[in-house]
Amino acid sequence: MELHGITKRFPGVVANSDIHITVHKGTVHALCGENGAGKSTLMKILYGMQKPDEGTITVDGVQAAFAGPADAIARGIGMVHQHFMLADNFTVLENVVLGAENLYGIGSKARKKIVEISEAYGLGVRPDVLVEDLGVADRQRVEILKVLYRGARILILDEPTAVLVPQEVDALFENLRELKAEGLTVIFISHKLGEVLSVADEITVIRRGTTVGTADPAATTSKQLAELMVGSELPSPETRDSTVTDRPMLDVAGLRLTATDPDGAIRDVLDDITFTIHQGEVLGIAGVEGNGQTELIEALMGLRDPDGGAITLDGADISHAPTRKRRERGIGYVPEDRHRHGLLLEAPLWENRILGHVTERPNSRGGLLSPRAAREDTTRIVREYDVRTPGIEVTAASLSGGNQQKLIVGREMSHAPKLLIAAHPTRGVDVGAQAQIWDQIREARREGLAVLLVSADLDELIGLSDTLRVMYRGRLVADADPATITPEELGSAMTGAATGHLEAHGTEGSDGADDAAAPAPGAPEAAETTETTEVPEPAPKAAPPKDDAR
Amino acid sequence: MKKLDKDRLILGFAGPVLALVVAIALTTVVLYVSGSDPVEPYRIMFESATYVDIQVLIVNQAGTYYLAALAVAIGFRMNLFNIGVDGQYRLAAMMAALVGASVDLPGPLQIALIVIVAMLVGAFWSGIAGILKTTRGVSEVVSTIMLNSIATSLVAWLILPKNFGVQPAGSNNLTTGDIPESGWFPGLSMGAEAGEIYGFTFVAAACGILYWFVLGRTRFGFDLRATGASESAAQASGVDAKKMILTSMLISGGVAGLAGMPTLLGDTHTYSLDFPTGIGFTGITIALLGRNNPLGIAFSALLIAFLDKTSASLDQYGYEKEIATIMQGLIVISVVVSYELVRRYGLRRQQQKVGEELAAGGALATAHTAGRSDADGDDRGDENNNGKNQKEGAAL
Repeated sequence: MELHGITKRFPGVVANSDIHITVHKGTVHALCGENGAGKSTLMKILYGMQKPDEGTITVDGVQAAFAGPADAIARGIGMVHQHFMLADNFTVLENVVLGAENLYGIGSKARKKIVEISEAYGLGVRPDVLVEDLGVADRQRVEILKVLYRGARILILDEPTAVLVPQEVDALFENLRELKAEGLTVIFISHKLGEVLSVADEITVIRRGTTVGTADPAATTSKQLAELMVGSELPSPETRDSTVTDRPMLDVAGLRLTATDPDGAIRDVLDDITFTIHQGEVLGIAGVEGNGQTELIEALMGLRDPDGGAITLDGADISHAPTRKRRERGIGYVPEDRHRHGLLLEAPLWENRILGHVTERPNSRGGLLSPRAAREDTTRIVREYDVRTPGIEVTAASLSGGNQQKLIVGREMSHAPKLLIAAHPTRGVDVGAQAQIWDQIREARREGLAVLLVSADLDELIGLSDTLRVMYRGRLVADADPATITPEELGSAMTGAATGHLEAHGTEGSDGADDAAAPAPGAPEAAETTETTEVPEPAPKAAPPKDDAR
Repeated sequence: MKKLDKDRLILGFAGPVLALVVAIALTTVVLYVSGSDPVEPYRIMFESATYVDIQVLIVNQAGTYYLAALAVAIGFRMNLFNIGVDGQYRLAAMMAALVGASVDLPGPLQIALIVIVAMLVGAFWSGIAGILKTTRGVSEVVSTIMLNSIATSLVAWLILPKNFGVQPAGSNNLTTGDIPESGWFPGLSMGAEAGEIYGFTFVAAACGILYWFVLGRTRFGFDLRATGASESAAQASGVDAKKMILTSMLISGGVAGLAGMPTLLGDTHTYSLDFPTGIGFTGITIALLGRNNPLGIAFSALLIAFLDKTSASLDQYGYEKEIATIMQGLIVISVVVSYELVRRYGLRRQQQKVGEELAAGGALATAHTAGRSDADGDDRGDENNNGKNQKEGAAL
């Protein structure tokens, strides 16, 4: 199977550009890259859920054009989604035959086929169990079986290990090896380097929507892979001279948040989160997506009510204050998903300028809107923040991603925020806009703004932050000094491989080596896989704000 | 900039015009297929609309429709589908008539009391759906349909003579008793032959202005529209979505409660078994056709009222007056389709235009003029691609 020059654009964003991948038959081919690098889009193209704007897909030497997943299935391509698509109240048999009744019927013939497949690949699936009684790993095997049942010879697994515990991951890899032994091809999407190296025969790395290289797992270390993934040719977002003051702006103490899983289990998505951001400080949170960063931001914004702990903004307790109060008190918010949380896409720019600040001047006075003042101020934002638009009456949807983001940043900065929460502020933004957004954050920081920066772009995190924390499974497990840490070290801490205070190789001595004092129990279950990063002195989880000697 | 505004205006009209043309064309086909003269009925309808008394009927009917449509439109702006306007206004009209018949206050107070009761009852009935939605996540579509049916039964039960109803002598009808004359809303006489325009029609018009003002010029209206446009973005912006759902449901129901008032206060002065029904459903058609715009709704209310009232004369000429009903149904279908087409076309077109204007150096002056030309080039690329994506979206 080969992909050539695949390019896919969404309004304002190029999700994939010029992707080249060759997958050999009977291998496990890993596709890895950062969050937002374009892996999922690529998979959707492969599975016919989206059409590429350019480029060709070749399966077994024949060029293929998929109008939908049905075409892909017909060509022997099957997909196991990250989020399972099973009907809970159906049995395994019923789920498998659902939509494929014409293959082997729905009765004994189908059952026989299921058992046959299950045994051939060691899946251990029991056809008559209700899906709701199955655990996550079993459900995943049902999904795999479903795909095989439909005659797939090429399996795409989208982040299959995200929902599994380590033992289950091992079992899954065993299944994958069996599939491979039977001549099937597996495309395995992941950003977990250790897993990729242990299961893949070939690795293709995607960064910023394009393939940047291939690697042979036998001859590659996870460090090299990480370097490929994060890259280093981007404009550097460095901030050097520290503007950190000793006046705390945001204080989060023991924040806890629980969520109920679809299966009814209650789990902690945020566990004892404690940190302080001072005026003029940028606190960067690193972490693999889905480890609680989104929930942390939602708790800070008041979109979710915390189950415990306190949030204090500039001396005022806002733990349970409604979102609007928080915004009025001076929280600016650059959301992770600007289309869903930051803009009214079909509304004109000036209405988007009002969004989130409808109670503040110049947008309104008393209970009444001031459209004229809002329009004027929108023009100002467009000018000062270099939003490229022919006017302020056009809809937000007609701007490119970078310009949309500049408008959002401009809007949030226009209300003299005390704290800016910036989630992936430069995701899906072209390089020029990226540099401008970084400049604006830096400038605001100089003027005493406190910034909480959540990003998957490690260069951005290291370059902009004054303090770095690593989030893993809802906890802040490690901290690092952005002056000395490298993206690779940070990357491995993000996978839970290292905890406590992260220290770069050979930079001990002059700066920063003496701050983490008292050793404390970190997260021992994760510490055992440490490889690239040493864990010199685990810091207490609730580490005091670091006194950076910079 | 001017050009974009003009475009938007043209596109704004394109939807309804396209819908009407399609609906009329389809109705003509229906007439033709059924063996009738496909043109004559239209002529008859237009001719009957030249009589002043029919005109008065149309205006009065439009006022009622207008209020019902506003009630629906408030929900639509919030992305709420209040199908229950029908039940809300009937229950409201009945309760208001009951209260009005049982007290006798001086003129304006009596009317105010009746109107307030109607609004409260309407709001109460829609509020049930609102509370179900915010606390239990029940779809307002389902709950309001069910509440319609409950309202029908409730009204039928309350109006029984053993409860609150009155059976006028020599009649099979049941009423709630007559509202004393102090509770009659004065109308505008158009001459002895023509009858009078209900005074409440003007209240309806005022409601339209209020609707425009609240939605377009107040914080609350902005929050409501934002929630309708994107609930997630509104929540992130600080809108309490649940509170907003409940509030807009209550307002929608309150306005729905007014829909029965033109007839009650201006004409019947009692709620009886033959009180007009189905106004709420017609209101949905009208709100759709009028694009939730107060002026648009006014025009569509007049149009539907025109169809209603002029089609009555078709019978005399041997045509079925159901032609108007067919046409209304066809309007609904073509409205939904044509608006979506026009919306997509408009978005795509604007994206392209923005790209073109930027490429032509039409960007507003920016502080950073350096390096502008190449960045503009990038933008143009983006916009063209947007167009491409949109097309694909439409194809899917």
